[in-house]
Amino acid sequence: MNHFESKGSIRLRASVLDPAGEAIKSAANKLGVENIDSLRIGKLIEIKLEANGEKEAKEKIELLCDRLFANKVIEDYEYLINKEP
Amino acid sequence: MINYKVGIVVFPGSNCDRDIFWALEGCLDIKTKFLWHESSDISEVDAIVLPGGFSYGDYLRCGAIARFSPLINSLDEFIKSGKKVIGICNGFQILTESGFLPGALTKNKSLDFICNDCELKIMTSRGGWFKTSNVNINLPVAHGEGRYYCNDDTYKDLLDNDLIALKYLNNPNGSSHDIAGIINKKGNVLGLMPHPERACDKNLSGTDGLFTLKSIIES
Repeated sequence: MNHFESKGSIRLRASVLDPAGEAIKSAANKLGVENIDSLRIGKLIEIKLEANGEKEAKEKIELLCDRLFANKVIEDYEYLINKEP
Repeated sequence: MINYKVGIVVFPGSNCDRDIFWALEGCLDIKTKFLWHESSDISEVDAIVLPGGFSYGDYLRCGAIARFSPLINSLDEFIKSGKKVIGICNGFQILTESGFLPGALTKNKSLDFICNDCELKIMTSRGGWFKTSNVNINLPVAHGEGRYYCNDDTYKDLLDNDLIALKYLNNPNGSSHDIAGIINKKGNVLGLMPHPERACDKNLSGTDGLFTLKSIIES
């Protein structure tokens, strides 16, 4: 078994309004940072797991993202997997 | 209908379970049984209510963790057998997360937690959950993440199959097409953000919720 570390990010789809992102954008303007074209927030999930090789690690992460971490009706996800030394 | 028993599912973080109990037992004289979410034996009940609240603290997404409870896993067969299930507020979120109803519920457009009476239009009486379509009723809402979202294909499917049960007259949360409640194709599952159980006593918020809760025991 190998150890893997993965970071997955989950974001609302571009077609879904992100009111929290809009609220942060307005605060950014108040801070004096202007000309922000878009600001959207999401979630970052860090996970460490064991698997027999990268293929199995990817299958596990894919299942987690697809079925649990993200709701694909409104969210997209992407992730990176690194094998731990 | 005397022996009819309605199951009220209790998750860690449910907080409208007692309100449902009061509305069903106290106002409508319908027998109930609390069902802990870890139980998968639902053979004793004839219908199920998924109450409002904050199951699992709304961690990850509202309803996302509750979806994996043994009880929700056993709902599939229960629903296929034609028995009735109603999900109110967090219960609606659990039903969409589980895929029993289409679409999703996310943060209110205003980011406010909205706690108000709401005027709603009944869009269909299919499934027997509401008496007559094109009639307005008043039910309270109380949610921070009640914005119903669906894409164009899902909306078309909802329209084509007459699945939109309730619409807001004054869309308070930014829901797609003002949608406040929907049913499944079979008509035996209803999910809605407003709280009918809080409108079952004329001394409180009116009695517009009585019909829907009473309809649980009518096939």
